[in-house]
Amino acid sequence: MRALCWVAADEVAVREVPDPELRNERDVIVRVRRSTTCGGDLPLLAGRDPLLRAGDVLGAEFLGEVIEVGPAVRRHRTGDRVVVGASVACGGCWYCRQGLHSCCDNSSADLASADPDRKGSDAGGFGRPRAAGGFAGGHADYVRVPYADVVAFPVPEAVDDDRALFAADAAPAGWSAAEVGAVRPGDVVAVWGAGAVGQLTAWAAVRRGAAQVLVVDRYEERLRMAEWYFGAEPLDYRRTDVAAELRERSGGRGPDVCVVAVGWSAAGRFGGRSADHPDALREAVYACRKSGVVVVLGGSAGFVDAFPLGTVTDRRLTLRGARRPDLRDVPMLLDRMARDELRTEQLATHRLPLEDGPHGYALFRDRADGCVRAVFTP
Amino acid sequence: MGRLARAGPALGSAALTGAARLLRVPGRRGRTGADGDPGAPARWQVVTVDRPPEQVLPDGRWPEPLRRLGGAVEVRVRPAPGDRGTELAARPLAGGTPPAGLAAHLVGDDPGLVVRRALRQVKQRVEAGEVLRADRSALDRRKAHG
Ligand SMILES: [Zn+2]
Repeated sequence: MRALCWVAADEVAVREVPDPELRNERDVIVRVRRSTTCGGDLPLLAGRDPLLRAGDVLGAEFLGEVIEVGPAVRRHRTGDRVVVGASVACGGCWYCRQGLHSCCDNSSADLASADPDRKGSDAGGFGRPRAAGGFAGGHADYVRVPYADVVAFPVPEAVDDDRALFAADAAPAGWSAAEVGAVRPGDVVAVWGAGAVGQLTAWAAVRRGAAQVLVVDRYEERLRMAEWYFGAEPLDYRRTDVAAELRERSGGRGPDVCVVAVGWSAAGRFGGRSADHPDALREAVYACRKSGVVVVLGGSAGFVDAFPLGTVTDRRLTLRGARRPDLRDVPMLLDRMARDELRTEQLATHRLPLEDGPHGYALFRDRADGCVRAVFTP
Repeated sequence: MGRLARAGPALGSAALTGAARLLRVPGRRGRTGADGDPGAPARWQVVTVDRPPEQVLPDGRWPEPLRRLGGAVEVRVRPAPGDRGTELAARPLAGGTPPAGLAAHLVGDDPGLVVRRALRQVKQRVEAGEVLRADRSALDRRKAHG
């Protein structure tokens, strides 16, 4: 089959690789219909993960059709159209049973036993280094999906592929950011980063009754999308003093909840800084009202120096983090998509055949041509 | 090291060496017997399995693949606090007789590894119903597909 493989720093290529096969009784094989780039791919693309090997298949978020079913799979049949959650999760461990699938104990292949001191979560993901317990990704003709009854979700007929694709990760990540931040009716919420996850966080905050949702970015197209589709107020940090603006718009209190969704990425040459907005985290900590919540999203935050810890203690802030989404909200989000309450297809600003994967990644990495997400069709 | 730093300039080299030795001892004894201290017992490796003890050890018997380590490890079981299932612990037995093929793994640089792997597989079997296998590597595949 064809697959988009990482080759070297800033180099990906579509290659012929062996088809995946059922490896466990709870696996299914999915024929991919759509897959999308995501912010978590960027540090990988740049070659910042030492565990990534040339030939590893990228693609954390995808949707497709079940074509092969393991003997212990109960919920899926061949021919089902499914969206696959970006966290591999067993469904049976303590974390999964609390709905915290991104913390699953049993979904990374044998890594935790090798290194008990490892500081990461044990949960496996698609399109993540095999050497880090990850699984081959969705930018391919076919993908193996472990624990399919937990990880794959049937897509309602009313929801087309381009919309349902975002139920894999961006929509649940945004929803859970608002939930982790405990957004309440009447809250003022500020979101740094107007990528797909930032926009969907804004949407989730509005749905939870926030009185005001502000999105901070420097890309006008993204800010306009957040405003038009999701009801957020745009703040262009190149043109305005974000801290002063946020104070003014929140009656001098500061936002109740601040979400940092800037995509911690490669450009942080020394780790942990966003290419787009290096001071986003500090800005959020300073802006947040006393006793408010700061939620930090995204992969590869790594180390962050000169963190204003004093502000966290002085102002009694709660700091929370999340990387991969939990899966419990996926059916609810698909449902809202089916009722047109949630529209996400516009986030696929660039639709390309899989062969054009390298071009798609270049657009996505550089935010070129208004790219929010590059979506591939095999 | 706090006390040493404060005393700094006044300390002779002999005193320094002595203090350093004293400071090192607890650190060493806290580690497993793997790092050269033959007297120290190996550290317990523990997993919490989110099921009651009777499901983790049906009929009180060690589950596979722990059973395969019989004679080489000791096992401890207790209910986890807060309704979180069962704490299952194992450690290499001093003077135990490892089954053939496992002996090398139970000494080596990290004798805990084979124990941790067995515990983790027990946990996966009980919680997930199977032991998750990694994707095949490109190399395995090339061999298999000839
Ligand atoms: Zn789990």
